Amino acid sequence: MTHPSIDRRASYDAHHEVDLSVQFLTLSLKNPVMPASGCFAFGREVAAFYDLNRLGAIVVKATTLDERQGNETPRLAETPAGMLNSIGLQNPGVLRVIDEELPYLQQYDRLPVIVNVAGTAIEDYVQVVERLSQVNAVAAIELNISCPNVKCGGIQFGTDKQMAANMVRAIKQVAKVPVIVKLSPNVTDIVEMAVACEEAGADALSLINTLIGMQIDIEKRRPLLANGVGGLSGPAVKPIAVRMVYEVSSAVNIPVIGIGGIMFGADAVEFLMAGASAVQVGTANFVDPFACVRIIDELGAWCDAHGVRSVIELIGAAKGERGVVRS
Amino acid sequence: MALVQIISQQSIGADIFELTLEAPVDLRVFPYEPGQFLHIRVTDSFDFLLRRPLSLCKVDLIKNHLSVVYRVQGQGTRRLAAKRAGEILDVLGPLGHGYPKHKDDRAALLIGGGIGVPPLVELARQLRQDAQSVHTVVGFQTKAQAILVSELETYGPVTVVTNDGSLGNHGLVTDVLTQAFCADFDRYYACGPTPMLQAVQRRLSEWQLPGYLSLEERMGCGIGICVGCVHKISRNGRIAQLKTCKEGPVFDAQEVVFT
Repeated sequence: MTHPSIDRRASYDAHHEVDLSVQFLTLSLKNPVMPASGCFAFGREVAAFYDLNRLGAIVVKATTLDERQGNETPRLAETPAGMLNSIGLQNPGVLRVIDEELPYLQQYDRLPVIVNVAGTAIEDYVQVVERLSQVNAVAAIELNISCPNVKCGGIQFGTDKQMAANMVRAIKQVAKVPVIVKLSPNVTDIVEMAVACEEAGADALSLINTLIGMQIDIEKRRPLLANGVGGLSGPAVKPIAVRMVYEVSSAVNIPVIGIGGIMFGADAVEFLMAGASAVQVGTANFVDPFACVRIIDELGAWCDAHGVRSVIELIGAAKGERGVVRS
Repeated sequence: MALVQIISQQSIGADIFELTLEAPVDLRVFPYEPGQFLHIRVTDSFDFLLRRPLSLCKVDLIKNHLSVVYRVQGQGTRRLAAKRAGEILDVLGPLGHGYPKHKDDRAALLIGGGIGVPPLVELARQLRQDAQSVHTVVGFQTKAQAILVSELETYGPVTVVTNDGSLGNHGLVTDVLTQAFCADFDRYYACGPTPMLQAVQRRLSEWQLPGYLSLEERMGCGIGICVGCVHKISRNGRIAQLKTCKEGPVFDAQEVVFT
């Protein structure tokens, strides 16, 4: 069902000369743009706005072993050039994701499905990944060791490199598809975490998850979010994300997905040049339901305007000869 | 989603504005419902990133215009209030589930509080069109914030209540909702602040009057993907956190769980 109010909007499907396709691990992506986990639910809602086959891939909402009701409200706060969220991993649990959500996405025959997996203990993650490994529709797993919004919701694995490595090793033993580890920026040294995950067998990395923040309701003299803290996202975090992608992609030999405040095609170009092989779009989907296809379109137009024949040419292009000296 | 022109912007109360827009859809074709909302960007830049959800208030099917009414509550809505006729707004909607129709009903009770009153105007119009009688009870903090009373009076009697007694009855809307007063209605339709909705739900369930509540939660995307605006809803024997933007904002009153 197409929402009738989209008719007056551009369809963002202009023809471009550039080849936008990217080989990412075992996945042949028609373009390097995918929605970020938790910013697209399981795809149904946005499918009312455009054909999901146009996406490079889809990363569905974090899936846990059991159903989770998430945090109390308020869960959202607007911040300068961004927002805080503390959803708390609300999801129907892996069995219903397999029974109800993944079959829906199978109608999109050109849409690789990446399932984001979260939990509280290594055994939870292992069980979820085992179950997902029995489903053909799953092209890759994104390991969420960076959700800031639940106690023991994964971030403890993402801020201790030994715990992260143990987690990755355990998951790699059961996963039958590539494992992408989603990194938290809430660490002293993200490169150290990245290297630990690579050494433990991660197939790829995605970064960054949200930065932990807080807003005070000054009338009530209390934190605005019911959870107290939340994850900061949106354009405000983009320079941090670009820096981290640049540093991590320089330090590891596995591909990196860039995430953090991408609103326009030019932002995607920036992440690719910083060394990302693909990008995820998060908060922008909340502002503009067409964000992903618009960004694909803008990325194509940018490449054409700059004589780029294949988007692969952009990956790491900012590194040049000089590089950046890491102190 | 569409870029639409502002037809007019009018101050109708203390810091309260009525914004009339070209409809983002053809309202004669699009099956909109009273209680649905428009999701409006207040600026193109990043300083106020998220859209603002504003309920449909009035609909002009001939001109294909509609209006929303909002109170300036922060810098974002202040930015919106600075916009003038002829300027362009980025509007998504109408979104969500509004008030369902009950064609066999004969008498409807509408209950509004403060900035929750606007959606009752289009609701009252449609109920009258379906030949139902409409009685509206509206509550405001004070006279300066009383809005849309004369509009509602075109569809039936209106009982006004203010917290400070500066207009109409002194007190709360629930003071009006006695068993005797409620006896003649088939159903109620409420929109307002959460404490009011909670009090109305409690009172009218005592009188066994079925009804609907339009809930307000801090909203992000408006289309059901961020899962920020949930409210506890008791349905099919279990309590679930449903999205007010997608499954709501209007819910069957007996399903709504207040904590």
